[in-house]
Amino acid sequence: MITGVVDYKAGNLKSIETALRHLGADFIVSDIPEKLENCDRLIFPGVGEASSAMKNLKESCLDELITGFAAKGNPLLGICLGCQIILSYSEEGNTACLGLVDGSVKLFSGFSGLTGDTSAELLKVPQIGWNTLGFTKKHFLFKGIPDNSSFYFVHSYYPDVKDEFKIGETEYGITFSSAVARDNVCAVQFHPEKSGKYGLMMMDNFLKG
Amino acid sequence: MLLKRIVVCLDVRDGKTTKGIKFKGNVDIGDPVEMAEKYYNEGVDELVFYDITASSEKRGIMIDVVEKVAEKIFIPFSVGGGISNVSDMRRVILAGAEKISVNSQAVNNPSIIEEGASLFGRQCIVLGMDALADPDMPSGYRIVINGGRTPTSLDALNWAKEAEKLGAGEIVLNSIDADGTKNGYEINLTSMISGNVGIPVVASGGAGTPEHLKNVFTSGKADAALIASMVHYGHYTISEIKQYLKESGVAVRLDW
Repeated sequence: MITGVVDYKAGNLKSIETALRHLGADFIVSDIPEKLENCDRLIFPGVGEASSAMKNLKESCLDELITGFAAKGNPLLGICLGCQIILSYSEEGNTACLGLVDGSVKLFSGFSGLTGDTSAELLKVPQIGWNTLGFTKKHFLFKGIPDNSSFYFVHSYYPDVKDEFKIGETEYGITFSSAVARDNVCAVQFHPEKSGKYGLMMMDNFLKG
Repeated sequence: MLLKRIVVCLDVRDGKTTKGIKFKGNVDIGDPVEMAEKYYNEGVDELVFYDITASSEKRGIMIDVVEKVAEKIFIPFSVGGGISNVSDMRRVILAGAEKISVNSQAVNNPSIIEEGASLFGRQCIVLGMDALADPDMPSGYRIVINGGRTPTSLDALNWAKEAEKLGAGEIVLNSIDADGTKNGYEINLTSMISGNVGIPVVASGGAGTPEHLKNVFTSGKADAALIASMVHYGHYTISEIKQYLKESGVAVRLDW
């Protein structure tokens, strides 16, 4: 079983690779659709800005690879920006995304020191740090992981999907869908590769699921 | 809800963890990779490594440390010290660090924040600030650089806001007055900076007891608290500190 990690120049993949190596996974990291196509499962990571990420995906034909791969019914895991790009639309850069799961990506309306508004009640954006994941549906990603375990988040935009596609939620000012799934496609807004024991367990669940 | 983070700081010199008091005199206290692994297993939320290697020819040792740490721990960590341009930043990120911390280098050349944020994303860029109480400054605190030795003309609050504008994603705020005293964090300084920027503030300097962390998380409005000697010398474990914080009503990560 080979896992493909999609490399589309959206952030550093080092920590994903390290986590996969630690888990003993057989994997490749590639930006070549033909190589990724033959993998048994795909990890679609990413950190960065949505519109430039979509542009990179299109230029390398990786957008078609990902939608095609998902349509075949093979397991796909989106992480962070990957979790946003698999939805239909992102407010960031007014970007049409892949639409593997119906939903949109929205900006936290938070506190910025730049606006001069110093109300301490408002949120800091990006959200940086450990937050809890409450399960809203049973999913193979969660096997062995206690409900409300904590995971590491770094993001300014959040996934917003219908309840039928939501498998986990997190509270940051609002309650948002921090884990989503539809059939063989699943995605998490947080970074399992940086979330300690339970993060690694979630990645391992994906590799075995 | 978002949890308050405990960050353990490791000063690394020539590949060894070291600890100094008020920036004067250092003693080696262990291997940074082994220590990182130990704190990871004890439930630390994040680590920060400061490279205080004096000679530039030995900088490669730090990259080696970063690579080894990245293989062992699966939580975020940042690296600071000796980073003077974006290629230094890239080297550290490719070695496996999530964040890069700049301090004196950013004062001397603020555009390093902007360049770093545009290349790697603002979440990667941490501004380290050393502040010293000074009634002559508008906010009451002056920025000092070069390990606390060189005063600048910068006001601490203005510099924090400026760095946020330039693209810093987080601030590690160190009080020179409190550093090494174990008498508690500088609450006024932390609360003032944290309440006036829209990015997380990590309080640093002065931690001696778990109560100090509670105070800086509540009165000081800190998003995270940096500790060093209180755990390096075995006075407390991460778990003891977190248990105390939980019992004091501070939400922290207890599952690891």
